[in-house]
Amino acid sequence: MAELIVYGIVLGGIIALGAIGLSLVYGIIGFANFAHGEFMTAGAYLALFMVTGVFSWIGIPDNTFGILSFGWRMVFAFPFSMAGVAFLAIFFDRVLYRKLRAKNSGPVMFAMSSLGTSFIIRMIIIIVWGSDYLFYRPGLMRPALEVPLGIKIRPDQIVILFIVFLLVGLLHVFLQDTKMGKAMRATADNMELALISGINTERIIIWTWGIGGALAAAGGILYGIDVQLHARMGWHFLIPLFAATILGSIGNIYGALVGGFAIGIAQQVSTAFLLPTYKLAVAFVIMILILLIRPQGIFGKG
Amino acid sequence: MEIGGIIAYLVSFAIMAGIYAVFCLGLNIQWGYTGLFNIGIAGFFCVGAYTSAMITTPKPTGIYAHYVHQILGLNLPFVFGLVGAAIVCGIIAFLIGIPTLRLGEDYLAIATLGIAETFRLIFNNEYWLANGPRGLIGLPQPLQGLVDPKSYNYVYLIIVVIVMVVVYLLIERAIRSPWGRVLRAVREDEISASMSGKDIFNFKMQALVFGSMVMGVGGALYAHYTIAISPEAFTPLYGTFIIWVMLMAGGSGNNKGAILGAYAIWAVWIGTKFMTDFLPYTLKARAPFIRFLLIGILLELILIYRPQGLLGEEKKVSKLIE
Amino acid sequence: MILLKIEDVTVGYTEIDILHNVTVTVRSGEIVSVIGPNGAGKSTLLKTVFGILKPRNGNITLKEKHITGLRPDRIVRKGISYVPQVENVFSSMTIQENLEMGAFIRRDDYSQRLEEVFDLFPVLRERKKQKAGHLSGGQRQMVAMGRALMLDPQVLLLDEPSAGLAPVLVSGIFEKIREVNATGVAMIIVEQNAKEALKMAHHGYVLAMGRNVLDDTGEALLANDEVGRLYLGG
Repeated sequence: MAELIVYGIVLGGIIALGAIGLSLVYGIIGFANFAHGEFMTAGAYLALFMVTGVFSWIGIPDNTFGILSFGWRMVFAFPFSMAGVAFLAIFFDRVLYRKLRAKNSGPVMFAMSSLGTSFIIRMIIIIVWGSDYLFYRPGLMRPALEVPLGIKIRPDQIVILFIVFLLVGLLHVFLQDTKMGKAMRATADNMELALISGINTERIIIWTWGIGGALAAAGGILYGIDVQLHARMGWHFLIPLFAATILGSIGNIYGALVGGFAIGIAQQVSTAFLLPTYKLAVAFVIMILILLIRPQGIFGKG
Repeated sequence: MEIGGIIAYLVSFAIMAGIYAVFCLGLNIQWGYTGLFNIGIAGFFCVGAYTSAMITTPKPTGIYAHYVHQILGLNLPFVFGLVGAAIVCGIIAFLIGIPTLRLGEDYLAIATLGIAETFRLIFNNEYWLANGPRGLIGLPQPLQGLVDPKSYNYVYLIIVVIVMVVVYLLIERAIRSPWGRVLRAVREDEISASMSGKDIFNFKMQALVFGSMVMGVGGALYAHYTIAISPEAFTPLYGTFIIWVMLMAGGSGNNKGAILGAYAIWAVWIGTKFMTDFLPYTLKARAPFIRFLLIGILLELILIYRPQGLLGEEKKVSKLIE
Repeated sequence: MILLKIEDVTVGYTEIDILHNVTVTVRSGEIVSVIGPNGAGKSTLLKTVFGILKPRNGNITLKEKHITGLRPDRIVRKGISYVPQVENVFSSMTIQENLEMGAFIRRDDYSQRLEEVFDLFPVLRERKKQKAGHLSGGQRQMVAMGRALMLDPQVLLLDEPSAGLAPVLVSGIFEKIREVNATGVAMIIVEQNAKEALKMAHHGYVLAMGRNVLDDTGEALLANDEVGRLYLGG
């Protein structure tokens, strides 16, 4: 059980990276982005493209760091992929959502458009990479370390948690201490007043997509390192992402962090009683329970 | 292809498009008239199909019982399958509506999406329920003995068209009634002072249940057309996404548009199949995904350039309002 | 010197015009109060000046330069600040952050200005780390005005500053407005509380049904029998 909780924390961190971005987009731009899971997939595959394609072509050595399953190639691919998905998210905003904003479309039209975006990204990934399970380093043995309480944990998973907290910490500093971060919070709080204060809300929207896309990409890559890559991985993350976002109150990034861990742990612990394929249903049931008991989430105003 | 082949092809085209038209009509009640954002149509599709299958087939006996598990097998006529599918889908819609319809419109979307994925998981993993991923086969077809099996599709086309027309007339009647006018008021947030939050909830619930029942009927029609069903048939792509594109293309809030959209998009879908036949061999295996990519792009274009669809919304709801 | 000039402005939503050929002039350092019954179009006037609504006709000039139809984030850069009547603070942010957001477009060091605003509203200095959403109505109004003042605006637009405040607080907020004005900021105040608004006004305008009805100095309007009977409650 202790082991499942530890795995749940790792999965939860990955969910949290997606949920934080989803929550930011939901809070600032005001709609449910059904393509957010696909941003995770896109990040994972973009890193795959760099690791197995570009970097092998330009001759970056294919070593791994000691007991970890990745090496320099992944170190370079990681930020590149985050930036790539940030641009992808901004691109979709420029060609689709901005046009809908200009027409004063209702939030459901945006959500529907993002559903279309999710299918478009997923189809492109399947067309290019197919729908098989893939690995960054196929055939690599991944031994686990034994730590107290009889918990087996892979060194990769410790690094994954470290990266999750590093990224959340950076985001925290950005939102609390930089002018752009504060302006993002202001826009999430009161879009009209932000505009009145001279904040160019279109620019805030671009930043929001960029940060949301980059964090989702990070989550996708980390999942790829921890488990595997699959074209539908992001789609299967969508319900856990929404569950974490709603649990932590929409628009609240710290809530999304807590929600992510809660959902991740619940999903992993459930495998002690249920088939692992039911993880998604577990997230769904938790979400329905939150909607029934406390739809504003744990950090929302009553 | 000889003439007979072409006609047979057109008949099977008309049947599938007709089944999709039923789904579009169901979705139109929810989205077009009431503004409910259901993106879990595949869930109702799946449950409708399985319900009807279990109502109309006998429970396997003898040696088959070792290979085919199903919790229920009533061996009743087709009509019971349709009605049963509608009832079960209605109940599920009611249960989803309880936690979500009081909240913002996105919540229903997220919940329906979740329920669709959950149903697919359950049907895939629970062998005792409906034979797991192998699914159910040998579903009976209504009026089977009436004609030569080779021409049976003509009979089924007539059945599909009858169901479609009945559903169409039913919805037209309903939305032209005072009930239908209230639905639109709910959608447009033009709620009169006399309406309480509870009233609004009730109207949304009625529309959600009604639309989902129609989707259940659609699922049943599909099941008895293909004779064999398995969970993988009810993916978000075939079960939800394409139906949304159909309704948006035809014109939400317009029942004629819903039917037109189903036929138009199904024609586009089939048409892209001919297109992808020209693809180089290496890409052929991925052709369906290329076609779905095109459908996805089509949806985005509709949302931006023609959100009202081909026909647009029918303005005249009641003879009283001119 | 004429600072802000609103000339013959007509504004409407889809079909109905809210304002018909309304003219208002603000000179440097002046308080201009706009009074009138509910629905006279007072708030619409401010929203139009600030670019939230686009006029159908007419001109708005600041120091003889056209600002008609500019977006709010452009107008702010011309030196006009606006305090809406409701939801006029970032409630999840601290007082200090609210004021920083007021200075968002400033690229210079505004710490001096921050101190001036705190001098004007000492209670805000004491509570600068508190979230604006936790403040009382009167303090929230001060945060809203403080945010608008961070830019050192030439003209401040105040939409019903006394709305929703307990009567004991109303005179306090009008006192603050006088103090702000004494620092040289010209302002347009839209008010239900016509008597108080005219008392401090250098110039007053009466709007009714979206049209100019009267305009004169604040004192003269206070003394005007018709204004007294119709808008000042006898």
